[in-house]
Amino acid sequence: MTSAGETRAAIGQPLVVLDHVDKWFGQLHVLRDINLTVNRGEVVVVIGPSGSGKSTLCRAINRLETIDKGTISLDGQPLPQEGKELARLRAEVGMVFQSFNLFAHKTILENVTLGPIKVRKQKQADAERRAKELLDRVGVAHQAAKYPAQLSGGQQQRVAIARALAMEPKVMLFDEPTSALDPEMIAEVLDVMVELAEGGMTMIVVTHEMGFAREAANRVVFMADGQVVEENDPETFFTRPQSDRAKDFLGKILKH
Amino acid sequence: MDPVLDNLDLYWSGFLRSLGICLWGLVGSLALGTLIAAFRVSPIPSLRWFGTAWVTVIRNCPLTVVLFFFAFGFPELGINRSYYVFGVSALIVYTSPFVCEALRSGINAVSAGQAEAARAIGLTFTQSLGQVVLPQAFRTSIPPLGSVLIAMFKNAAVVGAFGVGQDLFSVGKGLANAQGYDALPVLTGVAVFYLLITLPAGAILALLERKVAIVR
Ligand SMILES: Nc1ncnc2c1ncn2[C@@H]1O[C@H](COP(=O)(O)OP(=O)(O)OP(=O)(O)O)[C@@H](O)[C@H]1O
Ligand SMILES: [Mg+2]
Repeated sequence: MTSAGETRAAIGQPLVVLDHVDKWFGQLHVLRDINLTVNRGEVVVVIGPSGSGKSTLCRAINRLETIDKGTISLDGQPLPQEGKELARLRAEVGMVFQSFNLFAHKTILENVTLGPIKVRKQKQADAERRAKELLDRVGVAHQAAKYPAQLSGGQQQRVAIARALAMEPKVMLFDEPTSALDPEMIAEVLDVMVELAEGGMTMIVVTHEMGFAREAANRVVFMADGQVVEENDPETFFTRPQSDRAKDFLGKILKH
Repeated sequence: MDPVLDNLDLYWSGFLRSLGICLWGLVGSLALGTLIAAFRVSPIPSLRWFGTAWVTVIRNCPLTVVLFFFAFGFPELGINRSYYVFGVSALIVYTSPFVCEALRSGINAVSAGQAEAARAIGLTFTQSLGQVVLPQAFRTSIPPLGSVLIAMFKNAAVVGAFGVGQDLFSVGKGLANAQGYDALPVLTGVAVFYLLITLPAGAILALLERKVAIVR
């Protein structure tokens, strides 16, 4: 059996590198000595029990959370500490949140053009043309003039993906992008993500959607208690997990 | 012999003077209050500290004390301006912490997720405040901001009484004291002209509130 990843364009050089990363929230050791390399064009699914540090890991990669030890680098550059440099880094890293987080007072089109106009200094007309292309690609082009609250959850999440893509990021982070959605909307968002993966986008995806992992991921990273416990290709991970923690976890989610 | 109708031109010029104080106070206190609110939510600890100190100290000082600081304190430091400039400045400074706190309640109502999403697409702190957080915060803050601004318009009378001169309050005082009109009708006239400022202001705020309500 081949996973989709193997049929895609060859995996490139290391893009995101976490080297001996530790983080504490007060007494709580949320990330423990994390070492993880994600190569260009690779799709990595992060899976693990609630509270294992998956969101924190994601947020650390675009420095929405600081880390206490170790280094994280993007394309060979360590993450900047503050200010303009940090803003520039974040523009290179797209992020999609569980709760969409669209800007409530802006139209769908404005949500997508804000970054390109303010950060990339694109002309409004250029930004709008590109935004419409992206909205078309995620299937919500006809909603461009509406406000976020007028869209369904699935549509909002697809807009959020378009908003991140508009910045032409080097890597996309997804933190449980479908877990706030009704079942019938999950597929429409996953379809967009699979298409993105097939297009060669580097992606780090926190999700419990095994279908997506099997179809699109090159690798599954299993986290528990702030540690990377196991890493494997999706097929091997789901059918023959090595660690007891992973066996236990899979046993629980497969029962449902 | 009607104290108000006979002196309509005096009342009118007093009204314009008071309106001027109110408008300067409006623009100035909104600008300063917004700046202090931005300080209070900024990632830089010293700015946050300054913002908190500003609000705590000034919000707990009576308006007259702030006025005296400007009128008598600043000249001692060698800063001399007209009473008008001092009066309006004192009004702006006095009102700014109230504007700041009204706005901050609005800022807190904007979901943290939206601010994070703004940072995640590469907006700087100032950009995310200006583009995402404040426009929404202003809308949700209109009712409390309205109360603050109407209170400020009324405080403009205190500033007038304190020596700016030629405003509505001074006109009333002049008519009643120097020209010997009965105080009651004179003050009724003053009140009516004040209502000409505050009632339309309230109506405009209510209209704004309906116009810019955010669909959620
Ligand atoms: N801002 C914070 N302050 C303190 N503790 C936090 C904070 N954010 C997360 N935590 C704690 O850190 C641990 C890891 O949280 P994280 O959100 O990364 O887990 P997760 O794997 O994403 O879980 P879930 O599947 O529930 O989303 C949890 O125990 C959580 O309670
Ligand atoms: Mg999480």
